[in-house]
Amino acid sequence: MRWGLENASVKFGSRLALDRVSLAAEPSTIRVVVGGDGAGKSTLVRALVGLVRLCQGDALRPPKRQIGYVPASAGLYVDLTVKENLAFSGSAYGVVGSQLAERSAELLERIGLNDATERLGGQLSGGMQRKLAVAMALLHRPSLLVLDEPTTGVDPLSRAELWRLISATAAAGTAVVATTTYVEEAHRASKVTLLEQGRSIATGSPRDIVSAVPGALGVVRSKAQPGGLSWRWGTAWRIWAPSGELPEGAEPLQAGFEDAVIIAALVDQEKV
Amino acid sequence: MWAMIVKEFRQLRRDRRTLAMLIVLPVLLLVIFGYAARFDVARIPTIVVGPGAAQVAGHLQAPFQVVGIDPDAGRSLVESHLRDGTAVIGVVTGGGLVLVLMDGTQLFSVETAQAALAHMTQAAKASGSSAPSLSVQILFNPHLKTSWIMIPGLTGLILLFIGTLITSLGIVRERQAGTIEQLAVMPFRPWDVIFGKIVPYLLLASLDLMVIVAVGMLLFGVPFAGNVAVFALGALLFLLVTLGMGVLISTVSQNQGQSIQLAIMFVVPQILLSGLIFPISSMALGVRWIAYVLPLSYFIDISRGVMLKNMPIAALWQWLVILTGMAVVVLGLAVLRFRRDLAPSTRRGRVPAVLADSAAP
Repeated sequence: MRWGLENASVKFGSRLALDRVSLAAEPSTIRVVVGGDGAGKSTLVRALVGLVRLCQGDALRPPKRQIGYVPASAGLYVDLTVKENLAFSGSAYGVVGSQLAERSAELLERIGLNDATERLGGQLSGGMQRKLAVAMALLHRPSLLVLDEPTTGVDPLSRAELWRLISATAAAGTAVVATTTYVEEAHRASKVTLLEQGRSIATGSPRDIVSAVPGALGVVRSKAQPGGLSWRWGTAWRIWAPSGELPEGAEPLQAGFEDAVIIAALVDQEKV
Repeated sequence: MWAMIVKEFRQLRRDRRTLAMLIVLPVLLLVIFGYAARFDVARIPTIVVGPGAAQVAGHLQAPFQVVGIDPDAGRSLVESHLRDGTAVIGVVTGGGLVLVLMDGTQLFSVETAQAALAHMTQAAKASGSSAPSLSVQILFNPHLKTSWIMIPGLTGLILLFIGTLITSLGIVRERQAGTIEQLAVMPFRPWDVIFGKIVPYLLLASLDLMVIVAVGMLLFGVPFAGNVAVFALGALLFLLVTLGMGVLISTVSQNQGQSIQLAIMFVVPQILLSGLIFPISSMALGVRWIAYVLPLSYFIDISRGVMLKNMPIAALWQWLVILTGMAVVVLGLAVLRFRRDLAPSTRRGRVPAVLADSAAP
């Protein structure tokens, strides 16, 4: 089954927070929504799970029983132990008794918290809390897993572990939608949606997005910033020519995914 | 330092609730302590019965306010009026002795009446006229113990505290932590969440209530003269009102600080204006109406009436009906507002849930 948003718009007062965004969440696929702060990522996932009302468009989502959702905030009870958090989530979805014990043990093993079952949620590190929140959302084997910035503020090691857990979930057939501000995390995705000011500015596999880069990209090794559309990259400058003709002194360069994201934002700005 | 002062004022200007407290609280306290906080009693509703009723009634002056004269009735009518609260003092004439019955639950009225009677007797003696011999009996609280009055009132205060403050804190904690969003996505019906949140506090408050009543009876010797079921019904209705207030406060508060601020604004006037400390009958007429919109006023009447005076449900039905009305309105409003937080996508407009259901495998 394919879930997602079709031409979805969300308005808060007079402000358009989401502007005709379409997004597909397919089984065994990780869809990563990349965008800066205030781009509308949280609104998008909240619209997907039914927490905000659409003023236009449609949302297709499975029944609540088949959704797993982790909000951008904690996503767990800080005054319940790890075990109690899992038990609450389990009973909400009807996973109880031996089924709960088995599934909890399996997930705790995977997130490395099997020795901390009696610790309070609030005593866990930020990374552990996020892992527990994801485990709580996975307990009932949802067909749609929606994660709002699961890795924000999490150390690199825990981030890698979280992504392994998410990948394994997708491999088992779940449709995953996750948001992130970290461009490099888009590599984990089978499909990416770039979000900017509530609009989807590019969508497809990371490779599709890179190959769709228009114009020409070059590198300029100088101290001063070259003219045109350029940005700092290490000790040198990247420069992008929409016309495809690079200025003198710029060496042509094959765009990477991060370049593609920046160029997509620039193209969007030109349009606006 | 100047920078700090300017910054503080800028922040205060945007903190509407604190600002409201700064303005509302002094006004409220001024009204309460200026007009409402009075122990002196100006009028004492009095009923006079027996063959000499008309004559005695003619002699009674302020603070006694004669509300009924019945030459054919006897002590039992007086007792029923005192029990129902329609009179505080009852005078039974006939047989050469004047019997004065007083409602001991009305501490200040009784003290004022005692002083007035003493004054009248003294004045009669001074003028040389023959005053009939008086026999005074205090009913329901014969030793005029303050604890007997306070403990039934305290039960209301406990219910108010748990229902309003603790409940709102419990719900706001969920909102502050962001877990309320998760609850909204989980396969709970909004009712499951709302009642799942309210019922534990209802049970805790009931437990607390039982403890307070038991301690009051064992430690302070407070009687429980009336029907437990009537008391329980009154307590349940009052608790539903306070729980509703707690939920309402939580729906307009973003954090626990805000909900405490609002709860204080709800609870403090009830402590001061419900008759718990200052008798409602002593309040200036202009502010007395405030007491009648506060649910605690009604519950205190019920708890004192049932515990001390064995008031029957027939005498309390109006109070129970008012509390029921308040519970329906407050809890209904609270549930509607809370529900809106939990199920935004089912509100008017396009309803994706229909699509979702049809798309379910």
